[in-house]
Amino acid sequence: MNHFLRYLWFIFVMRPLVLLIVGVNVRNREKLISSKPAIIVANHNSHLDTMVLATLFPLRLLKIFRPVAAMDYFLKNRLLAWFALRIIGIIPISRDMRKSKEDPLGQCSEALERGEILMLFPEGTRGEPERLASFKTGIAHLAKRRPDIPVIPVFMHGLGKALPRGECVLVPFFCDVVVGDPVHWSGDRTAFMGELDSAIKSLASEISYSPWE
Amino acid sequence: MKFCHPPANVVWCMVGIVSLLTFASVIVAVMRKLQPDKDRRELVQRVKTWWIIIGPFLGVLLIGGGVAVVFFAFVSYLALKEYFSLIPTRRADRRVLFWAYLAIPIQYWWIYTDWYGMFVIFIPVYMFLLLPMRMVLKGETKGFLKAAGTLHWGLMTTVFSLSHMALLLVLPKEEYPAGYGAGLVLYLVCLTELNDVAQYVWGKTLGRRKVVPKVSPNKSWEGLIGGVATTIILAYLLAPILTPLDWSDSIFAGGIIGLGGFLGDVTISALKRDIGIKDTGAMLPGHGGILDRVDSLTFTAPVFLHFIRYFYF
Repeated sequence: MNHFLRYLWFIFVMRPLVLLIVGVNVRNREKLISSKPAIIVANHNSHLDTMVLATLFPLRLLKIFRPVAAMDYFLKNRLLAWFALRIIGIIPISRDMRKSKEDPLGQCSEALERGEILMLFPEGTRGEPERLASFKTGIAHLAKRRPDIPVIPVFMHGLGKALPRGECVLVPFFCDVVVGDPVHWSGDRTAFMGELDSAIKSLASEISYSPWE
Repeated sequence: MKFCHPPANVVWCMVGIVSLLTFASVIVAVMRKLQPDKDRRELVQRVKTWWIIIGPFLGVLLIGGGVAVVFFAFVSYLALKEYFSLIPTRRADRRVLFWAYLAIPIQYWWIYTDWYGMFVIFIPVYMFLLLPMRMVLKGETKGFLKAAGTLHWGLMTTVFSLSHMALLLVLPKEEYPAGYGAGLVLYLVCLTELNDVAQYVWGKTLGRRKVVPKVSPNKSWEGLIGGVATTIILAYLLAPILTPLDWSDSIFAGGIIGLGGFLGDVTISALKRDIGIKDTGAMLPGHGGILDRVDSLTFTAPVFLHFIRYFYF
């Protein structure tokens, strides 16, 4: 990772963009940085999701903020791969776990061992913007390995309107970010996934927002 | 439009505003000391946010010129963005919204170049024709009328109406000292905000008969009349310092600002009630959103500008 360029990117590009163009209303921000290591889990609507969440962290924690992102998408060409790996600091992950021989979550586990903060989108894709898809269970594998690490649910709305999948023009909308109480591995995959799902849905019900018509 | 510092009388008025807010802050601090158990978080937040609002506002008026125009354009931008984030929009209209945003720099450019004719027709005529045209090109007819109506209403309220505030900056011509326009802006904004406060205070102390119970149950005839009367007195007192208005015109200006402020306030209330929200946003802690703060100005800015422009400039 190129920390210097990373700081430049977030201080001079993303922070002004988020502050002046997008605009974020964040609730319970303090819960976001209550622990390290931690796993942050959010719904996924836009490429801006990661960028906005990164700007909510104090600069001293930017170094250990690691978005987990799809290998097939972000490593598809060299320029994007360089940007994703060096500037954004993603941990690439294979979306199809059956294919790989080595541990697909190995890099995630290592990052957690180093005390870093992982950012995961268990929907697996930005999908239809502003519509919550069912969660993939990769997060359960990760939580099971380290039941002591808190999984922090986050609900976001608005960025899927501002920059949805397949669009290149950013249309400004205020976005809402609601951070919830940490969830821990409960010993059972179905129960854990259910808990996570209902945590995000209850965060969604905390705010009022207008979805696309 | 040149960079121009406002004359001394305007600066003195700014000193007055800062003293007034300092006084309010001291009162709140004393109230907290005397009754520490009472929850005054909202009041404290409100006063704190006022500082954050008036700091940049007075700052850009002191600098004047393009900086002030850009500041007012940014206020319009925040208000329009808040409006678009509140209302239901169609995915098909993303690009249309983008065009609507582009109207902001253009509208404020007419102000900067002091082109009144274009300023006054650009949004009501050209944007009014352009946005539906862009929607038709996309071809989504379901919800067309509602989208065309809501988008243009938002543009008229947050960009066209509010931009009248900035036009006051360029209104006075050669015979007036440089920076005289800043005084007009100050006159309008101070009276509008104090009118809000006065209506609230009169309503709180004497309020009985409701004016528009379905829209805003807290608004009373007593608050409205008391508020307008207070605003008229303030308008009469401030006019010689900040404006060329004579005594009878200043009373009329106070009247239309008082009444317009009330109407702007309840119009945004009606919008909020329709959508089912309490505040338009969370940008300004203790106040709500940006639309909650500029609601009255969406009415007072155009009526005051056209009144003073017709009779004086």
